[in-house]
Amino acid sequence: MNSNWSRFNIASVILGFAFLYLPIAILVIYSFNESRLVTVWAGFSTKWYGELFRNQGLMDAAWVTARVGLVSATFATILGTTAALALTRYTRFHGRILFSGMVYAPLVMPEVITGLSLLLLFVSIDFGRGFWTVTLAHITFSMCFVAVVVQSRLVSFDRSLEEAAQDLGASPVTTFFQITLPVILPAVISGWMLAFTLSLDDLVIASFTSGPGATTLPMKIYSQVRLGVTPEINAVCTLLIAAVTIGVIITSVLNKSREVRRRRDEQAAYAGR
Amino acid sequence: MKSLGSIRRSFEPWNDPDAKPYIRFDGVTKKFGDFVAVDDLTLHIYHREFFALLGGSGCGKSTLLRMLAGFESTSEGSITLDGENMAGIPPYRRPVNMMFQSYALFPHMSVEKNIAFGLKQDGMARSEIDDRVQSMLKLVKLEQFGKRKPHQLSGGQRQRVALARSIAKRPKVLLLDEPLGALDKKLREETQFELMDLQQDLGLTFVVVTHDQEEAMTMADRIAVMNYGRIIQIATPAEIYEAPNSRFVADFIGDVNIFDGTVVSADPTGTELDIGGGIALRSDNQTNVKAGGKASLVIRPEKIRVSREKPADTANAMSGEMWDIAYLGDMTVYHIKLESGQIVKASSLNAVRIVADPFTYDDRMWVSFDTDGGVILGEE
Repeated sequence: MNSNWSRFNIASVILGFAFLYLPIAILVIYSFNESRLVTVWAGFSTKWYGELFRNQGLMDAAWVTARVGLVSATFATILGTTAALALTRYTRFHGRILFSGMVYAPLVMPEVITGLSLLLLFVSIDFGRGFWTVTLAHITFSMCFVAVVVQSRLVSFDRSLEEAAQDLGASPVTTFFQITLPVILPAVISGWMLAFTLSLDDLVIASFTSGPGATTLPMKIYSQVRLGVTPEINAVCTLLIAAVTIGVIITSVLNKSREVRRRRDEQAAYAGR
Repeated sequence: MKSLGSIRRSFEPWNDPDAKPYIRFDGVTKKFGDFVAVDDLTLHIYHREFFALLGGSGCGKSTLLRMLAGFESTSEGSITLDGENMAGIPPYRRPVNMMFQSYALFPHMSVEKNIAFGLKQDGMARSEIDDRVQSMLKLVKLEQFGKRKPHQLSGGQRQRVALARSIAKRPKVLLLDEPLGALDKKLREETQFELMDLQQDLGLTFVVVTHDQEEAMTMADRIAVMNYGRIIQIATPAEIYEAPNSRFVADFIGDVNIFDGTVVSADPTGTELDIGGGIALRSDNQTNVKAGGKASLVIRPEKIRVSREKPADTANAMSGEMWDIAYLGDMTVYHIKLESGQIVKASSLNAVRIVADPFTYDDRMWVSFDTDGGVILGEE
């Protein structure tokens, strides 16, 4: 074992993690800075968090972002799940390869292009830009991520479960809501969380499609930073990091304990108890 | 089991000209693109029958079952159940239930909820559902396991839950797709008898699909042997085994020796076959073969006797040497190489514990059998 941990390996690990997390660590540390100057440490303080909650502009932006995220993630999940169902179930329709390619294309499409094309669309149909245009744009690009996540689950889905349900008298609709959806629900939830996160952190597309009164948090942060970084921004970012970290930890702990319980149950079952 | 045997013997609706078939497949064809899975097939199954569809993979047996369940449509022909044409009726409106090979238990529901699922779809009253679920659990001896999830059960228990779920609605017909395929040998044998008893008790019609000939022989009243989407033979297990109508059936069911030759004489008293090397074999069996034509004599290993001396009064005897011996405990299987080079399989019951002078490798042997031991099959 010792030989595996050579100095070189240890150095690589430290360097790698430093590369990833040092900027974040500095951001977090300076959010507790007393001084107004971001780069000069003047003692510990939480006053910028207080300031943050009194900053109406930031709070409005945060509220817009949350609403956009919730609405767009929900619609993207519905559309993405139905797209995934169609793509895995109806494998024989005409132009399927073209269609599935088109669902995946937005994954690799440069955001600038997506943003610009949506902007042109909204302008040409004279759709007033604001909350709904950002939300529609977010649905557009995040539904393909949901489709990918759900589709990968559906590939391993045992179709005989649905047949069994129908055989027992459940109509196709009942079968979907009572059997298919509960079984693929973890993937659907992951898809929703992915869509929500993508929406939270999008700057480019939101900048193109947003209008007055619908400034998202990333847009607000970006515009404030251009006027100079304030510790308030550090505080906002720290809170965002905390939220994301807690989310990731909760999901992985839940997954892990479910896996452990499942394995223990299976062993117990085969031991004949 | 004796009583069951006697009930079964008296149950022969297929020989009764007045009996009406319960399930009718009439001229049913199923095509997947260019592939013909079921080919112009006609099959009648009777009420309370335990019917087995037997065949290798891709022979169309599962497709047939799935058409009856409503998961596949027919390309041609009609399927009738209890007088009602099933065309266009979706699976959730058919009075049949299926037990799936993978069991298809709903992983997010407890055993009780799994069994109750079909009853709920019918809008049955809550208390009635509970009673039915409890009686089903009792029937499959899983009373203490009602609250468990499928992944908390062993393979045998899951099989029972799947069975309970599929009979909870008291379907007109229960379809079983390789019902015992996932169980180990001992459990499979036990379950075979349980299924038979259950079928008798409930008075249901069972249609089982299997590739395991032993399973079909044990459980079924009648067996349809299938190949390439067609039925090769429909008969009782004993008829299938003792009087196969083709080389395919003879070869598919159990072990068999096949002697190919030319018909020397064929008349109502029997058939004589020249198999070359100056050997002529006789059989009482009359098939529509003509003198001079090609035919085969098909005989099961246990109908063949093995001895060191040439038996005195046997019509059919051939000499050879002991090639292989397989001791299986209850019986021993001998492979004897004839002078023609053909290997003859013969089996004999080990009725005595200790044999003073057992046969051994390279012994000069005689194999012999009676004229009523085998079946003559003409060229196909």
